[in-house]
Amino acid sequence: MRRRRAPSGHDMTCRQAVALVTDYLDGALTGEHAALFRAHLAECPHCTEHLAQIRVTVAATGQVGIDDLDPLARADLIDLYRRWRAGT
Amino acid sequence: MTATRSRQTLPASERGDSDGLAGTACVASVDERDLLRRLRSGDEAAFTVLVERHHPAMVRLALGYVRSRAVAEEVAQDAWLGLLRGLDGFEGRASLRTWLFQIVVNRAISAGRREHRYLPVDDQHLENDDGAFSQDGWWTTPPAHWADLAVDRIAARDVAGRIRDLISRLPAGQRQVVTLRDVEGLPSGEVCLILGITEANQRVLLHRARSRIRSHLEREVMT
Repeated sequence: MRRRRAPSGHDMTCRQAVALVTDYLDGALTGEHAALFRAHLAECPHCTEHLAQIRVTVAATGQVGIDDLDPLARADLIDLYRRWRAGT
Repeated sequence: MTATRSRQTLPASERGDSDGLAGTACVASVDERDLLRRLRSGDEAAFTVLVERHHPAMVRLALGYVRSRAVAEEVAQDAWLGLLRGLDGFEGRASLRTWLFQIVVNRAISAGRREHRYLPVDDQHLENDDGAFSQDGWWTTPPAHWADLAVDRIAARDVAGRIRDLISRLPAGQRQVVTLRDVEGLPSGEVCLILGITEANQRVLLHRARSRIRSHLEREVMT
């Protein structure tokens, strides 16, 4: 049992740490897993960089959604609304 | 719970009551309840607000199920009609957005079948882009360090356009999850409700999609 010992960076491999990045960012890592993950990151510049890259990835993906409503689609939908209202 | 006539005519997933939803994160907000009240009283401006707010995201969500943009537009339009017809039965126990997006998913699945394009891909068998590790689990080729450089380079190029293309080529499950989570920025719990998947499954799909996009970004930034 190594319960009382504080986790060290080598208690989790890089492969394991990278596999848990999404859980970590979602706050889904709890207890021992979270402690091991943080201990690993504290000692591993590569996994720290990987996590930073995933954060950049999420931010860059967020840029995809910035497009305005097509005026034609908007006009179609308002038309649809008026027809619906007229029919009820 | 009061069962009304219109509730019974709607499929369970479009009733918007989302039984079993824990917490209050996804229930209709004050702003949504106000819009709902105005919609029910026939206020066109309230409808326009919702269209401005959600229609582009609904088209993107539909593109998680159908290939053609024209079909995705039809799906989204059809979903708006579904919303209007279901207004009387909507109880506000889920957020209006969650309900609306659930309608999109239902319609998009049907449209995808008609389009003969709805081919569920078994994401489990796709290779992982996490990186290269030794048998012991340590990096064999440590990642190049580019996160600090990326912000400027991403802004300077049309990276968003290329990420959009990349997302359109992801397996359906990954495409649906990454679109809702990272393009639209929806919280995990709401995405699970909309797509009808578990949190664990969602994270597996999101992880693969992000890994794929990360590798792509790396190539963009390093070249």
